[in-house]
Amino acid sequence: MNFNHVKAVTRTDLKQLLYARDFWMPMLILGGMFFAVLPITLLLAISSLGDVETVAKVAGAIDVLPQSAQEQIRGDTESGRTMYALAVFLFAPMAIVVPLTISTAVGAATIVGEREKGTGEFLAHSPAGVHEIYLGKLLASMIPGYGTALVGFTVYSFIVNTIVGPEVGGWFFPTKEWWVLMLWVVPPFLALTLSIILRLSAKVKSTAAAQQASGLVTLPLIGIAYSQSTGTLFGASSAAYYIGAIVWVAALIMLWRGMKSVQRSRLLGISDGI
Amino acid sequence: MGSKNRRKTDKDSERLAIELTGVSRSFNDNVALDNLDLAIPYNQITVLLGPNGAGKTTAIRTITGALATQAGTTRVFGMDPTEHGESVRSRCGIVSAKPALYDRLSGWDNLRYAAELYGLGKNSEVDVTITEAANRFDILDALDNKVGGYSTGMKTRLALARSILHEPELLLFDEPTSGLDPESAAAVLELIRTLTDRGNTVLMCTHHLVEAEGLADNIVMLESGHQLLAGRPKELSSQLWPTKQVRITSSPNNTQDELTTSISTIAQTLKQGIALREQQDHSVLLNIESEDLVPRVVADLVNSGIQIAKVEPIDHTLEQLYFEVRRRHANGQHEDRNSSGIPQQDLVGVQSS
Repeated sequence: MNFNHVKAVTRTDLKQLLYARDFWMPMLILGGMFFAVLPITLLLAISSLGDVETVAKVAGAIDVLPQSAQEQIRGDTESGRTMYALAVFLFAPMAIVVPLTISTAVGAATIVGEREKGTGEFLAHSPAGVHEIYLGKLLASMIPGYGTALVGFTVYSFIVNTIVGPEVGGWFFPTKEWWVLMLWVVPPFLALTLSIILRLSAKVKSTAAAQQASGLVTLPLIGIAYSQSTGTLFGASSAAYYIGAIVWVAALIMLWRGMKSVQRSRLLGISDGI
Repeated sequence: MGSKNRRKTDKDSERLAIELTGVSRSFNDNVALDNLDLAIPYNQITVLLGPNGAGKTTAIRTITGALATQAGTTRVFGMDPTEHGESVRSRCGIVSAKPALYDRLSGWDNLRYAAELYGLGKNSEVDVTITEAANRFDILDALDNKVGGYSTGMKTRLALARSILHEPELLLFDEPTSGLDPESAAAVLELIRTLTDRGNTVLMCTHHLVEAEGLADNIVMLESGHQLLAGRPKELSSQLWPTKQVRITSSPNNTQDELTTSISTIAQTLKQGIALREQQDHSVLLNIESEDLVPRVVADLVNSGIQIAKVEPIDHTLEQLYFEVRRRHANGQHEDRNSSGIPQQDLVGVQSS
């Protein structure tokens, strides 16, 4: 494995994404909505309402949370406890949806896109090995999604601590469970999803077909990832370690199998590789 | 060209850069290569000729190992490209029919990407190499612009510059002048010609016969995935038309009959060595055994009262050669040897000396 080839493929794909404003603008808006606009709106609304009846009803929902989750909640007032619960438990989907959506969109086009643009011919004739090309493209698909998630996570942490912190006695975010979620649970789910998406991208005939198929494939994965993420945030952190480990193993197996899906003939647009 | 990848010896011309033996490749029911034999010598320009679908592009793809074969053996620099793909490909420079450039990136980015993949690294020396390559193909001034804004000619020149960045021994050009205007095409062909002056081996595919004329040291004609003919154009031409031809045109003061009658008389006098092939518009096309006979024929014509307007030796063009070979191939094994000078079965497998 020549990692200079891997780096070159990754860097070039990322550079092309950077120049594709029509691609990254919607993704930026998506990340901004999930990590900034929605939390700010919701938390500020509760903060400004104070301990009114509406907030009391929302606070009542805290009672249905698992005991381990309830024990985590901080704050002396109803609005403070509600904001804490929302900040820590409600926004788990964004940690999953944003990176998976972005990476899926990038990954679906990455190999079939080379073929459609005719640049697959250049790669097929180059000294880069197919495994190096695959790995380079995997990283180029993973970095924008996970990178956006990490940046969004940082922004979200700042927002939450600024708005909710004063109500619950100081900065509290990220919690231990969020660290586990972002660093241990999300990456393998992302890798697992991309291993499937890249195989699709190598096999289908057009980017449109790849995106359609990837939507169908990733939807159940997003559901599973969401439920596991929520479980993690509800305090089942020991289970999260196991779940993360299992998904990592599955992802590595799928990635290894996915490497075989990239063939030079497919980069040339020929689907009947021997 | 530098010497980094050079492994040539004095015996290079005796060895083959590429050797395909009985190579076959099909795509579902479509046969792309059918028991193809190909022998490409070092340090020469070999042109693969053939109509669309003849297998030219597939042949290039098997040479680099980008496409696996289903039968036969492929040797490039003595190696099997499916087993030693990286070694083979790192010594090849390729320009495909479509330039295969990244439109969203600048010319610089495209060339730097190639430099990295071909192991040149990212240091400042690479920029010097890129500058030199771009300068050779007159594309340096446009390198900062995105390739999407390039004209077809600029893209081709950038692809050519990219193909020589790593100083490859073997250059594979698949229809490099496709879509270019005549001026740009001529410039590209001239640049290709200079590459062999520097010691490169060039294999070029085209179906433009005029391009191949004068450029090719060797030609290989393909049809339906197999080789029809291979060799040096002049040698093939003399094999195909062993008899020299000359066209003699008289002035309008002489009738066609006078000219034809005089030629017939001269032919009878000489007994052998010339034969009337065609007659039209105050001219005759003669088959002659030797060019030495031409002054004698001209003198006899003048003595018989014919006013000579023009004497033209006939050199067959590559286009004529191409169509003649294809015609004979289409006519099958029953071609008359006397009219062609070369039997149909001899058309396959003729190699350059």
